[in-house]
Amino acid sequence: MAEPMLQVKDLSVEFHTAAGTVRAVRNVSFDLDRGETLAILGESGSGKSVSSSAIMDLIDMPPGRITTGQIIFEGRDLLKLSASERRKVNGHKIAMIFQDPLSHLNPVYTVGWQIVETMTTHGMARSKARAEALRLLGRVGLPDPEGSMGKYPHQFSGGQRQRLMIAMALALKPDLLIADEPTTALDVTVQAEVLALLEELQQETGMGVLIITHDLGVVAEIADRVVVMNAGEVVETGDTRQVYRNPAHPYTRKLIGAAPGKGAMHDPPPPAEPVLSVRSARKVYGDFAAVEDVSFDLMAGETLAIVGESGSGKSTVAKMLLRLEEPTGGQALWKGQDLFAMPERQLFALRRDLQMVFQDPTQSLNPRMTVWQLITEGWVIHPGIMPRAKWKARVAELLHQVGLKPEMAGRYPHQFSGGQRQRIAIARALAMEPELIICDEAVSALDVSVQAQVIELLDGLRKSLGIAFIFIAHDLPVVRDFADHVMVMQKGRVVEAGTVRQIFDNPRQPYTQALLAAGLDPDPEVQAERRAARLAMAAG
Amino acid sequence: MTSIDIIPDEPKPLVRLARMLWADKFALAAVLFLLLVLVLALIGPTWLDEVAQKQNLRGRNAPPFEWERGWLWILGADALGRPLLARIIVATQNTMMVAGGAVFFSALIGTVLGLIAGYAGPRTGQAIMRLADVIMSFPSLLLAVVVLYILGPSILNLVIVLAITRIPVYLRTARAEVLEVRERMFVQAARVMGASPRRIVFRHILPVVLPTLMTIATLDFAFVMLAESSLSFLGIGIQPPEITWGLMISQGRQYLTTAWWLSFWPGLAIILTTLSLNLLSGWMRIALDPTQRWRLEMRGRRNG
Repeated sequence: MAEPMLQVKDLSVEFHTAAGTVRAVRNVSFDLDRGETLAILGESGSGKSVSSSAIMDLIDMPPGRITTGQIIFEGRDLLKLSASERRKVNGHKIAMIFQDPLSHLNPVYTVGWQIVETMTTHGMARSKARAEALRLLGRVGLPDPEGSMGKYPHQFSGGQRQRLMIAMALALKPDLLIADEPTTALDVTVQAEVLALLEELQQETGMGVLIITHDLGVVAEIADRVVVMNAGEVVETGDTRQVYRNPAHPYTRKLIGAAPGKGAMHDPPPPAEPVLSVRSARKVYGDFAAVEDVSFDLMAGETLAIVGESGSGKSTVAKMLLRLEEPTGGQALWKGQDLFAMPERQLFALRRDLQMVFQDPTQSLNPRMTVWQLITEGWVIHPGIMPRAKWKARVAELLHQVGLKPEMAGRYPHQFSGGQRQRIAIARALAMEPELIICDEAVSALDVSVQAQVIELLDGLRKSLGIAFIFIAHDLPVVRDFADHVMVMQKGRVVEAGTVRQIFDNPRQPYTQALLAAGLDPDPEVQAERRAARLAMAAG
Repeated sequence: MTSIDIIPDEPKPLVRLARMLWADKFALAAVLFLLLVLVLALIGPTWLDEVAQKQNLRGRNAPPFEWERGWLWILGADALGRPLLARIIVATQNTMMVAGGAVFFSALIGTVLGLIAGYAGPRTGQAIMRLADVIMSFPSLLLAVVVLYILGPSILNLVIVLAITRIPVYLRTARAEVLEVRERMFVQAARVMGASPRRIVFRHILPVVLPTLMTIATLDFAFVMLAESSLSFLGIGIQPPEITWGLMISQGRQYLTTAWWLSFWPGLAIILTTLSLNLLSGWMRIALDPTQRWRLEMRGRRNG
């Protein structure tokens, strides 16, 4: 058998930090052949991105240092090449696309100029490069390639920008394409399109694709083989189906078990008097209607999931309820009082009933306050909730409730992991003894296994404390195990609303169906069926 | 805020600060120098005033490092034969009062106005910004000359004038930073909790903005000292026989080619003070930021 195109052998990378030496990658080996798609699967901090950066020579040295290993690409060890030889390989033979295309495209040049430049720097004539750029833009499915050449990056949508990045990466006909979380920042429907495009292009050009992801669904959709990484080490390698069916390593089993959307669905509680009823809520920015005619009811202890892609207005609804945005019209009756029409002073008293958990706990917790200060801040603001003498016991109890230790109260947020930070944010919301908690993408920024834990925590709190939840998400599987009712939004309007069973088992609106079909299932076989169905839908 | 004692291994804040100061030797030297300056400012005039005023025409422009005259003459003497070291020590008080006072008041007023301009509604913000534009559109020295000519030169007036002319620097910086910080998620979270605007501004926004403003303030210290010396040179600042470092520099200017030490030593005093303040503010920026603090604590462990 011939040598594989890319062989990574026994690679170890260290980072020297003030906290000591961190061995980010330890003895990692994998290989990749032409025409093959290999996925590196891992959660944050697993070393998956460091491994691929080593291939592209993107590790900053120092503080990083490659201590052992070889990266053999087409028979040559990349780690032994000189800088100028390396430049001939990078871009030309190996290309890379990134998670956030906007930050990797230069905002002051037209995209046509940028693609042409990639080719001319590697020695192609300008006129020929232009024709090639035009062909590529058409190939990656951008509407009006001729017009697109003269546009700037900000004039494209997120999915289109990722297509642009792919066009740039393909400009030099690389043998290997490295895609670092290429669809993480995209909406589900767009994600499916971009992955399909990658797959088509691979079949056309026969290049090898190395895809780095945290998402089992992406692996199931696109990868032939998968390398599972945890804490800098490869724990499992193998055929995608086999790894999913018979995971050998406990970590892989845990990862597969944590994938959302497999548990039993809730049956909503019997109808009762709603605590919150929203009627034709509206928010207009200038001529643009961000939210149009949104109405729903929420009962005590119930969970309503609002699902929609970016720009659907789901977060605006949450912000209006908390009056972080001033509503343009409509009503929101909270126990008979209209939240939208309430003066600021009256609203203050109600603030403690309605709490919010934000998407990114790194940003929603003040980095200069200790956990103690963060949790007790609400009691300082609303002196009625908790007498000062009881604070210590209550903080300990709250921390315990969200699965943290009371000794941690003196620490600062940066001393915790992402999942722990979100727990602190939840404890802070609970400290106010609210009746409704709005979770705005509260688990989207977390790793899958942590995501499952946080959802479990929230569900437990709902059962034991009877708190109602509004759970905002862009991803349908996440809300499946957790919600009683689901409301699907698109472009500021409610497309479909119903119980969780209605939405998942019997979606009526085409948009809901498309959203469900575009979601990626972690099971490669289910995913293969879905893809076939999707192709049939597109053909018919 | 109440302190807590559930934390087991956290040292007391003061001990902790001292340890972090020990870890950064430059900052430690800066603190020691500033303490010396402070002590001299307090006792200098009562201690050495007589020596510093006594003229000795036989020792005119005496060069530095001549031991036979006694330690006070070690830095040489000025055009009237007065010992430079004694004069620098005596001048410390006036200099610190003018520069410290002007920097403190301009920073205080500028920061508060900047916070208000950044967080309040657009109308208040606009009004405050236009006020800053008015101040900035006058050349600051011209403004000072006019005001001091009317009010008459005194330390207090000097402080007021210099403070007013420097307000826009802090105001504009503070406002720009507030506009960015107010959109951050933790500020939104505080609003959801029902925090009052005052609490949000002072508890959540100010700590983020403060390090930048402190760095500007230390740099401004040198600027204010030199501005004061220009005013004194024009005869509307500090009047002889009162002295400041800035005044000493401008008095020495005419002898620069023959007796460099007249201007050099007070200039060195200004440089060292500003440098120390700057080092200290750099250290404080790290020491007061819980996410950066480990840099100093790590270093301390390795050294000791």
